[in-house]
Amino acid sequence: MSKITVVINGAVVEVEEGTSVAVAAALALQACRTSVTGQPRGPLCAMGICFECRMTINGQPQSRTCQVVCEPNMDVRTSGS
Amino acid sequence: MDRRNRFQCDVLVVGGGPAGLAAAARAAEAGAQVAIVDDNVKLGGQIWRASQQHENREATAWVERLRRRNVTILCGWRIFHQVRAGVLLAEGFDDIRELSYSKVVVATGAREKFLPFPGWTLRNVFGAGGLQAMVKSGLAIRGKRVVVAGTGPLLLAVAANLRQHGAEILMICEQASAFALARFAFTLVYEPEKRAQALQLRKQLTGVALSTSTWPLAALGNHVLEGVRISKRGKPQTIACEYLACGFHLVPNTELARLLGCEIDRGFVRVDDSQCTSIPEVFSAGEPTGIGGLELSVVEGEIAGLSAAGKPEEARALFPKRAKARGFAVALAQTFRLRSELARLPSGETIVCRCEDVPFSRLHGYRSSRAAKLQTRCGMGACQGRVCGPATEFLFNWDSDSVRPPISPVRLASLSMVRGLSESAQQSTGGL
Repeated sequence: MSKITVVINGAVVEVEEGTSVAVAAALALQACRTSVTGQPRGPLCAMGICFECRMTINGQPQSRTCQVVCEPNMDVRTSGS
Repeated sequence: MDRRNRFQCDVLVVGGGPAGLAAAARAAEAGAQVAIVDDNVKLGGQIWRASQQHENREATAWVERLRRRNVTILCGWRIFHQVRAGVLLAEGFDDIRELSYSKVVVATGAREKFLPFPGWTLRNVFGAGGLQAMVKSGLAIRGKRVVVAGTGPLLLAVAANLRQHGAEILMICEQASAFALARFAFTLVYEPEKRAQALQLRKQLTGVALSTSTWPLAALGNHVLEGVRISKRGKPQTIACEYLACGFHLVPNTELARLLGCEIDRGFVRVDDSQCTSIPEVFSAGEPTGIGGLELSVVEGEIAGLSAAGKPEEARALFPKRAKARGFAVALAQTFRLRSELARLPSGETIVCRCEDVPFSRLHGYRSSRAAKLQTRCGMGACQGRVCGPATEFLFNWDSDSVRPPISPVRLASLSMVRGLSESAQQSTGGL
């Protein structure tokens, strides 16, 4: 399997092709979003139900990262509340 | 709306899991023009998508049957609105479509049930199926210490799968009692296929501790999970681990059925013998009608597909098979009923609604989820109560709130299309 790189909160991360953005964020040790009271959160259900894995992908806010596969040079950022 | 974005069929099947695939195949083979729509990238549903090689062959065989009959496959489309009876709207990655049908089969499956306990919002606390899905999506689990907790047969399947990927499973904590599990195992004696699966699982889990009457008390750590405190047959114990995979069995996805106006009975879509709901054009199969596992879902799907395609005789021939599979559903519900101790896990500060950060302490004294929602915003966030709804139902005995469109969050552009659509619909029928 070939590797691709994505950018998570400014840091370049190398992942296997087919890796979900939620997993890439976990590999980069980054929280997906900051909750309304300021807690860092990561995915819970990993099937598009819980909305805990929302991040901004290439400028598109509120993207459910567990449902999105990494593409080369994707820019991914932790969502604010 | 562009004409190419309008789509019409005899039978629309919503959900690409076992029930949906079976319904679509049977309806198409009976001569109906069929489309199947699923919000995930691939068909198979949570169970077949996440499962191992040999089971995926079953899914592949169904998909092959769909292709042979030219069933239209719409993956990556999420239904969010009913324009009028027989017309639904679905949102894709950057577009929406109008789907018209004569009959619809609601096979929307189930999701994991989550219960709040202190620390469950820490990162690396996942659902049981959730952690498995993460591993499937590329998460490296080799050498990591994992505690699997909650209830239901999914825990064993997940533990076996994670172990295959190199995880060190420290313990499987099952809240049900040893007696309940033994009684459940006894029902498997009469089901050769399920017994074989159970024995296979047992082999894969050799050496892994399965502890009954055991449940999580708290997830420990500072932002990221470092360990879990459990109650093991009444005694607390702390286990250091990197991941907690924790789910409390399943909840049916009934949002679409509710949107279509189907009658719901004790949380499940009410259906008759032909899998027809209280709305004559709407059929339902699989977990929305009762949590019964794979075999029941498939046979219900077949019956729903045949009924929707106008083949009542062929559908009737499958009734005995369904009756047999229902026995397992009853055993599941009995065995994995949640014990009342689990309702006392949250402390005052424990977040119950993760979208709006509503703590347990703010939720006392309300009589319904609706009243609590208006006062505290519990269930008002992006997941629309899909996570906290079943939890508050268990904790406070509240009914789930009524469903309102859109049944899943959509882009503003899609919502603006809805307005235009309903106006054009009114105009086109206004002259009649």
